[in-house]
Amino acid sequence: MSKSMVRLEPIKYHVPLARPKQGVAGKTGFWRTEKPIVDNEKCIRCYLCEIYCPVNVIRVEPETGVTIDYDYCKGCGVCSDVCPVNAIRMVPEE
Amino acid sequence: MGESKPRPRPPLPYNMRDVVLPGDAACPGCPIPMGWKVLSAVFGEKMILVIPASCSSVVVGAYPGNSLKASVVHVAFASAGAVASGITEALRRRGINDVQVIAWAGDGGTADIGMASLSGAAERNHDFIYIMYDNEAYMNTGIQRSSSTPYGAWTTTTPIIGKTEHKKDVAKIMIAHGVPYVATASVAYPHDFYAKLQRAKRIHGFKFIHLHAPCPVGWRFDPKYTARIARLAVETGLWVLYEYYDGKLRLSGPSRPYLDPSKRKPVEEYLKLQGRFKRLTPEKIEEIKKYVEWNWEWVKRHM
Repeated sequence: MSKSMVRLEPIKYHVPLARPKQGVAGKTGFWRTEKPIVDNEKCIRCYLCEIYCPVNVIRVEPETGVTIDYDYCKGCGVCSDVCPVNAIRMVPEE
Repeated sequence: MGESKPRPRPPLPYNMRDVVLPGDAACPGCPIPMGWKVLSAVFGEKMILVIPASCSSVVVGAYPGNSLKASVVHVAFASAGAVASGITEALRRRGINDVQVIAWAGDGGTADIGMASLSGAAERNHDFIYIMYDNEAYMNTGIQRSSSTPYGAWTTTTPIIGKTEHKKDVAKIMIAHGVPYVATASVAYPHDFYAKLQRAKRIHGFKFIHLHAPCPVGWRFDPKYTARIARLAVETGLWVLYEYYDGKLRLSGPSRPYLDPSKRKPVEEYLKLQGRFKRLTPEKIEEIKKYVEWNWEWVKRHM
């Protein structure tokens, strides 16, 4: 045997470390069958939808109300279920 | 209208925005990222999650990416407690004090397979937080029965009559270990979970938190009811939120009214929303009610 099977020099450039990345599973918005639609007039800014959102796509600001990033929203509907004033309704995706 | 003073920014939505990144590989309505968001509100990026084989190791995503801005160590199934102990000691030797080590394991990796290393870590009283998110079966491999599955629940390995044994209560086992802090939490009460993590952060030694996490796929319910079902479990008295430290059990706010049995909702309300309890006979529901009473008697004895 001429070549050793054991690699002695340290592996410098190929350390398999995963880095934080948005959308590891791709654009998860494609999974959606129902789309949450927010009525910002009804919204009382209680932040519950943002706290419970499993995908972390909902942002609530006192001035602008609720905004949802539809690129990644999976359409689970947890936000519409926890909303105390029913300001979020789920409409079927066409 | 004059200039109104801006409201103070509440920590819970504002601190949980950055760490959990959108687009993870979780199913719709998954409670795991909900739990992570509360973790990130407390620790930010300064946490090392030790994740044994479980749904969570899938949820963070495949190799080049990672859906969490915190460090994640994927370890073998039985070794979450052991690896977290090792990382804690290594950080302590290197003088790094501001990073929290958290073992984040499912009920299979805690109650069944990881029990030995968990027990060892608790006995050695290593300074880290062990969080067991309890979705009450091996959901990742296809809904097999675990020792944490409740009585009467359907799984693919208990198909016809459901499970015939009661749930293994790991929080009670950890109380028996005499560790400094044991708590139960629920994804439906993120503020309560947040307060418990804040307390656990200040305590030195082994901390154990049992987090109740309804799984839409395995429990056979609509994904939008994740928070509602977790809340119903507390409101019917099936899941009791408490903290145990200084040798005394303290009921948490959301569970306090349900010490009185008349204030609890009927157990059927919790069971009827879930497809896994579809074939329950009335006798089995009576048995579940008896278990609830027995559990609350235990809580009352230790308060």
